[in-house]
Amino acid sequence: MFRHWLIALGICCLIGLTRVNTSQAQEDAAAPAATEEAPASEAEVDGESAEADGETSDTTTEENEATETEGEEAEDEGPNLGDMEPGDPGYAVAVFTRLIALEGKADDAALAGHNAWMLTSAALVLFMTVPGLAMFYGGLVRKKNVLSVLMQCMFLMGIMTVLWGLVGYSLAFGGGSPYIGNLDYLLLNGVSMSDGEAPGGSIPDLTFMVFQGMFFIITPALICGAFAERMKFSTMVVFSILWGVIVYCPLCHWVWGGGILAFGEDHAIAGGALDFAGGTVVHISSGISALVCALLIGRRLGFGTEDMRPHNLTYTALGAGMLWVGWFGFNAGSAGESNGLAANAFVVTHFSAAAGAVSWALFEWLTRGKASVLGAASGAVAGLVCITPAAGYVQPMPALVMGAAAGIICYLACSKLKAACNYDDSLDAFGVHGVGGTLGAILTGVFATTQVNPDAANGVFYDPSGGVSLLIGQVAAVIVTVVFSIVATFIILKILDATMGLRVSQEDETAGLDLSQHGEEGYIFL
Amino acid sequence: MKKLEAIVRHFKLEDVKNALTEHGVHGMTVTEVRGFGRQKGHTEMYRGTEYTVDFVPKVKIEVVCSDDSLQTVVDTVLQAAQTGQIGDGKIFVTELQNSIRIRTGETGEEAL
Repeated sequence: MFRHWLIALGICCLIGLTRVNTSQAQEDAAAPAATEEAPASEAEVDGESAEADGETSDTTTEENEATETEGEEAEDEGPNLGDMEPGDPGYAVAVFTRLIALEGKADDAALAGHNAWMLTSAALVLFMTVPGLAMFYGGLVRKKNVLSVLMQCMFLMGIMTVLWGLVGYSLAFGGGSPYIGNLDYLLLNGVSMSDGEAPGGSIPDLTFMVFQGMFFIITPALICGAFAERMKFSTMVVFSILWGVIVYCPLCHWVWGGGILAFGEDHAIAGGALDFAGGTVVHISSGISALVCALLIGRRLGFGTEDMRPHNLTYTALGAGMLWVGWFGFNAGSAGESNGLAANAFVVTHFSAAAGAVSWALFEWLTRGKASVLGAASGAVAGLVCITPAAGYVQPMPALVMGAAAGIICYLACSKLKAACNYDDSLDAFGVHGVGGTLGAILTGVFATTQVNPDAANGVFYDPSGGVSLLIGQVAAVIVTVVFSIVATFIILKILDATMGLRVSQEDETAGLDLSQHGEEGYIFL
Repeated sequence: MKKLEAIVRHFKLEDVKNALTEHGVHGMTVTEVRGFGRQKGHTEMYRGTEYTVDFVPKVKIEVVCSDDSLQTVVDTVLQAAQTGQIGDGKIFVTELQNSIRIRTGETGEEAL
């Protein structure tokens, strides 16, 4: 009797595993699926009863106990196996009923793991904005403007969250056309605490929604690096709201909501692009928009003549460390589940950041004679940006190459390119996020491999002929994102410039934004 | 009475203070200052952007002493603060009109 029970458990575990790891589903499921197809599909239809069985399953482990007294719950599980012999009529039905009950248990157990990881990831991504980005940027400005930068990050955590709940999530992830989401999820309508209709796989809709909401916060916060120390706070707030709705939501829908840049969609431009955690959606869009901001708002007063050294690099170094940690949630969380893909994303994220920190600092060391703290911190961030689109598609060794390349290329963008073009991208939002994101999106088309993600495609490094189409898709997505970001940001800024004004007055800028915009000072030493 | 303003290197502050107290100086005032003399500033680099920093941080020690002890005090500071390298700092001596101890109202050298 016990042997039969073990066999049933074994089959059940196999079914459970195939559901946990969908990426390996095809191979693993082949054997059990052949024999258990009927009950498996039955379980899907009968999901509720499987959940209800969860409570009674504890009693099933005490297999010899009679369940007659258990009443209704026992009826769901059918006749008690303990009273039957394999030859009895209804024995097979009893086994299948047990299997369904156990499968429900396995799903619950998997959900607990996935949900725990995704909620943790959401918290990690929020941690990237404040304190991570706030400190990283805050240390780079002059001390009279430190609060203004912290406030931009802090206030965006508030306003973008509100916006996301009201309309942003629906525009980004609602169904509808390939261009923009519909209003099905307006005011979070239908976004439930169970796994419902919304995208996001096997985690609760609410978890998916809040995880994606954290991205909605940090993306406009990244742009703040371009207009730091001179933009009106009021205009910054309105700009971020408009930019979130007009630029971020459509882009997010295009890439992750089955839109015109989604990989593998029929209507996708050039076959769509692989963007695991936001190379195009977050970094190229914010980096390019940052450049437009820097150009339209103009250089800071005294740019090139006054002392504009970062006022506190200790903040910056610590902020970079927080960003690094938070990025594990950003990238590994983008797997949507706690699975092998998340592990891969976690590892390549770490490796790319490490390579970026080393390569930027080393490059400075070789060319300038000293390895700087700011260089190592910036290099780590550049590496993190670069691996973002690739995290779920590349292996660890290519990640080292990507991080190292990002460290050097972003350094050149921040030093040579910026000096040559003489724009004042104050905190290098374009130099790190725009350039690093573009590099990452293109290198994803080089190093992506189906060994990591069977749903993806091989890049040109693994498949020189077939990978070209992927690379073309990546480049097309970059171009679409760049053009869209430039045009939309330009229009938004022009309208705001004509109505509200972008810059604070000269006196206010000289006094510092902390005092003029917020009526406070960052440092008061008595 | 004379007032000395000695601008010295940070790491010499402790030596100067100890030497002066050994030679009977009971009080002094210390300030963090920035400035430049013959010692050139330095350059700093932030993401490839170079900044020249002219003002070098130093410590300013103010000491008041009687006319008689001036030479001793000057010699003491010289000896304690000297490294022989450019950037050792300077000593400025000025005539001091008066000094008053606030607690008692004593004036002149009595108040030192």
